[in-house]
Amino acid sequence: MRVNFTVNGRPQEADDVWEGESLLYVLRERLGLPGSKNACEQGECGSCTVRLDGVPVCSCLVAAGQVEGREVVTVEGLADYAKQRAEHGGCASGACGTSLQDAQQWAAKGQDSQTGEGTELSPIQQAFIDAGAVQCGFCTPGLLVAADEMLERNPNPTDADIREALSGNLCRCTGYEKIMDAVRLAAARQSEGV
Amino acid sequence: MPANGAPTKITQGSKTKGGIGESTLRPDGTLKVTGEFAYSSDMWHEDMLWGQILRSTVAHAEIVSIDTSEALAMPGVYAVMTYDDLPTDVKNYGLEIQDTPVLAHGKVRHHGEPVAIVAADHPETARRAAAKIKVEYRELPVITDEASALAPDAILIHENRDDHHIGHVPHPNIVHRQPIIRGNADEAAKKADVVVKGEYTFGMQDQAFLGPESGLAVPDEDGGVHLYIATQWLHSDLRQIAPVLGLPESKVRMTLSGVGGAFGGREDLSMQIHACLLALRTGKPVKIVYNRFESFFGHVHRHPAKLFYEHGATKDGKLTHVKCRIVLDGGAYASASPAVVGNASSLSIGPYVVDDVDIEAIALYTNNPPCGAMRGFGAVQACFAYEAQMDKVARQLGMDPVRFRQLNAMEQGTIMPTGQPVDSPAPVAELLRRVKAMPMPPERQWESSEGADVRQLPGGLSNTTHGEGVVRGVGYAVGIKNVGFSEGFDDYSTAKVRMEVINGEPVATVHTAMAEVGQGGVTVHAQIARTELGVAQVTIHPADTQVGSAGSTSASRQTYVTGGAVKNSCELVREKVLEIGRRKFGSYHPAWATAELLLEGGKVVTDGGEVLADLVDVLDGESVEVEAEWRHRPTEAFDLRTGQGNGHVQYSFAAHRAVVEVDTELGLVKVIELACAQDVGKALNPLSVIGQIQGGTTQGLGVAVMEEIVVDPKTAKVKNPSFTDYLIPTILDTPTIPVDVLELADDHAPYGLRGIGEAPTLSSTPAVLAAIRNATGLELNRTPVRPEHLTGTA
Amino acid sequence: MDFLRPASWEEALAAKAAHPTAVPIAGGTDVMVEINFDHRRPEYLLDLNRIGDLYEWEVGEDSVRLGASVPYTRIMENLRAELPGLALASHTVASPQIRNRGGVGGNLGTASPAGDAHPALLASGAEVEVESAERGTRLIPIDEFYKGVKRNALQPDELIRAVHVKKADGPQQFSKVGTRNAMVIAVCAFGLALHPETRTVRTGIGSAAPTPVRAKAAEEFLNAALEEGGFWDNGKIITPSVAKQFADLCSAACNPIDDVRGTASYRRHAVGVMARRTLTWTWESYRGARRTTEGAA
Repeated sequence: MRVNFTVNGRPQEADDVWEGESLLYVLRERLGLPGSKNACEQGECGSCTVRLDGVPVCSCLVAAGQVEGREVVTVEGLADYAKQRAEHGGCASGACGTSLQDAQQWAAKGQDSQTGEGTELSPIQQAFIDAGAVQCGFCTPGLLVAADEMLERNPNPTDADIREALSGNLCRCTGYEKIMDAVRLAAARQSEGV
Repeated sequence: MPANGAPTKITQGSKTKGGIGESTLRPDGTLKVTGEFAYSSDMWHEDMLWGQILRSTVAHAEIVSIDTSEALAMPGVYAVMTYDDLPTDVKNYGLEIQDTPVLAHGKVRHHGEPVAIVAADHPETARRAAAKIKVEYRELPVITDEASALAPDAILIHENRDDHHIGHVPHPNIVHRQPIIRGNADEAAKKADVVVKGEYTFGMQDQAFLGPESGLAVPDEDGGVHLYIATQWLHSDLRQIAPVLGLPESKVRMTLSGVGGAFGGREDLSMQIHACLLALRTGKPVKIVYNRFESFFGHVHRHPAKLFYEHGATKDGKLTHVKCRIVLDGGAYASASPAVVGNASSLSIGPYVVDDVDIEAIALYTNNPPCGAMRGFGAVQACFAYEAQMDKVARQLGMDPVRFRQLNAMEQGTIMPTGQPVDSPAPVAELLRRVKAMPMPPERQWESSEGADVRQLPGGLSNTTHGEGVVRGVGYAVGIKNVGFSEGFDDYSTAKVRMEVINGEPVATVHTAMAEVGQGGVTVHAQIARTELGVAQVTIHPADTQVGSAGSTSASRQTYVTGGAVKNSCELVREKVLEIGRRKFGSYHPAWATAELLLEGGKVVTDGGEVLADLVDVLDGESVEVEAEWRHRPTEAFDLRTGQGNGHVQYSFAAHRAVVEVDTELGLVKVIELACAQDVGKALNPLSVIGQIQGGTTQGLGVAVMEEIVVDPKTAKVKNPSFTDYLIPTILDTPTIPVDVLELADDHAPYGLRGIGEAPTLSSTPAVLAAIRNATGLELNRTPVRPEHLTGTA
Repeated sequence: MDFLRPASWEEALAAKAAHPTAVPIAGGTDVMVEINFDHRRPEYLLDLNRIGDLYEWEVGEDSVRLGASVPYTRIMENLRAELPGLALASHTVASPQIRNRGGVGGNLGTASPAGDAHPALLASGAEVEVESAERGTRLIPIDEFYKGVKRNALQPDELIRAVHVKKADGPQQFSKVGTRNAMVIAVCAFGLALHPETRTVRTGIGSAAPTPVRAKAAEEFLNAALEEGGFWDNGKIITPSVAKQFADLCSAACNPIDDVRGTASYRRHAVGVMARRTLTWTWESYRGARRTTEGAA
């Protein structure tokens, strides 16, 4: 079957889709967007979390045919998504995501050739790097999508709020402490920016 | 440093920004947060096929027949291969003993063993084809424990063993046996005022790395193959893959793809050979990606163990002797079992001074899932048991458990049960002191003005208690882990370092075959190069087999050994750069000939700080490159009868304090805090060090309260191969993990560093268990502890 | 496999009538796992995502008509007052991502004894609205809905449209045991609802019998004990012996198995503990509400 939907703001068409394929498979194997990860394919790890019409879901449990005509945001589109949110009243002054963020990005730039230097990041992405919340990185895309959405709903989360919001995302490397740090950092920067 | 004196902090600063000792950020961080980092499962190739593995549905059986005709006839299927299709006489592989069939031959020995492989144009086609392969089994009785393995009529899991352990094992169903005898335990026992015996059970833990096994094999024009793979050790894979394919190693090119965690589970091969076989057979690129179900069958697990201990102590709290017997279940194939036995035996009494010991460790062959490397590697199981024993002895003596441990703590100069002296700092008592001195988390944090916050209570979101039945407990543990490969293994790493001027700036390129599995080795390599070569720009070349082996990313060894190799190669490059400088500029300044010269901030400087030249001018047009191997000091094998020998390179120590709250009625546990103190020798990257300690601690927590692969003892089949039923801690199960890092230099190691990745996994589990015992008063001789064990309903 | 995408409820019923083996898929949280792990290869997948009606709820006089696909997140956020037991149960479902997709219709369709919604529905009282193209709508009382392990009262041509859940007339609680503090399938679960209007108590037990069940003997015992002691009127603390007997009877209502998630013996035990605790919590809340009312009056 054929499926038409929007990914990260761009219309996409996938052809010859087997009816049992998941949204995750289509993103990864047909649309060249492997950022969403296939770690369990049973909704028990959150590594494939994307936003479907704005709502965080496990893309491994969405049948490809179910996304016809809908909007998907993946980790690849997260920076743009956050930027647009900032520009369109996601924060009152529109200042967050601009000057302060730029300054922080500059400060966090790595010294190596593999950094993907110059890439524009969302505040949560930058915070994950800065706080050391990334090790193997396989859980990272899903966590970023989930954490970004939580901060959108709840800009000043308590630790318990963060833990609850991220309780559907497994990480095996970090022991979650640096992930907590990263989300707190992103929240703090966000509130400074406003 | 005096062993009991105040520990000194060593801070070896580096004058070039981004050098060792700084928390520089990961070079792959941006790619990882944008989804662009290419993991092995992300590999894609025009025209590629999908591989699928058909696995045995029974644990022990003769294969009567395999019929692949229906599968082969399916449209979209390009190849189906069984044992009969293997191209050469080499049909087995293995890390140490080549006992693992690439595809089952005549017999399957465990549930989920690969029997046939399929390549097709879509994963679903491949799955359907695999399902159409007809395999007829004649089932055999299963061997699942020591009694069934050593029974008089026991079937031999491997007939005709010819490996180098068969000569000294008491039974062919024992992979390896290592006794360690020192002093006279029976004699010493007579001095004991208190003797404590215990039997302990350690469940089968899975590495549960998040990125399942995967890779892409692309046939090369020269008849070879290029494999893009997630592994822990490229060259070890290569050594095992090439002979099976019938190719020289030069024609099997391997490039490390992004690795989604490892923790020991990628030390053995998984889909590597299968993907290459299918690619060579079909002439097309073949990708294989396990799903989570298959991943549970696709790699070895942590050895489950039965441990029998006897500890004696005098009434003033000195250990008199330890006797122990550790039975590890190695499952159907050897994997790393012999080395795990070596660790379990040599580290079996923990970081304590005991002169009289009688130790035996064995690993069994059974029909259970094969077990091998996992973070902590044999030391984890022992630590769980000896720390439980230490608490029991302390209780019998009426002593504080931390005080009792400190009284018996080893220190620099202590002789190990193997006769090996501990010749670098061993601050065991100090780590315990530090972890005990940390402030306690406040009581009843779950109380709020709006009632109980269930998220902070045992049971969490499931709303099982609002405080009823909740009792707090505190427990302590400390552990000892060896660093690097032991027992005489030639444990080396290779680093190729190049220095040149690019766009007017001096740049160093570091090329190793080190598997970056998330630990941050790439970060550290760049830091070392900056420190040693005084450059700001460091390029980390992708890891592949175009450079010599970097050994395994395991045994807490990479920063030590490959880091050491990078340091060594940088030093050699520096000498060459200075030679060029002397040649070009030596005549301009006498210091070129006399002074100790350094490279700092892109310049050649004297140790007094005087600038002699810009590296740009020295290198101008030239490049310097060195590829060199580097070894840590050699070790010896353990004597097969007495276990004596200088078997280990270095030891690593961590201590934990666990604070738990247990719902004693429902048997549910909430770990409130897991504080850790660890000696790291020298923190090359403090942020990464803390990350390793917190991650290792959490894996220890997992096996304390939830993680276990359950194998049916009647059928040897795995009952919970999924993330629905094999549970690992979520962020709501994981407490705050305050870390106190001690830096006592080991003079034998580069920068004085100590391997750190595994030690925190050891003591975390027994600390949590001790805290649960403290809360409940129960004995708890097994881990993981489940609600039924806490409620008398097992 | 065919993927059917009905745009309306009528089309969905027609498709189900034409293809009775079609597997409805809404949140996908059960069906897709089975497909991903090759446990199931249905001939047809019947996508219900495009039927907006299934995502709506109406709060009526006595009950809430809850569309089959209303995600658990919506229930938690919007129906806490009307359906407190179900809202609590919804909060324990899997993970935030799953709660954003899954709905009660899926739990009912799968009819796994471990479904989190069941004990809450049993305790509050509910009717399942199902429909077929040929025979129209029928309402199945929740007590008659569960027929066996993963079997329910649906006919092959029927689809679940909504569930009518009685609005709470008193405190409700839900409690579930898992071996992890989040994202866990129930080892066993317990729902309890006080119904002061009828002076009755209802219960629901999950994952401790082949189907979700009510502990009827326990309910009858407690109803009688509360009546006899005048508890509904005097608002006294329920005596420990009454609570204990209630808990024991709830345990006795279980018919559990030993499996990888827990032992039968533990399940019986845990259901008893949860029964006692949820009774205490709800009764305390009832007493608190009574005091407030009296104070106001």
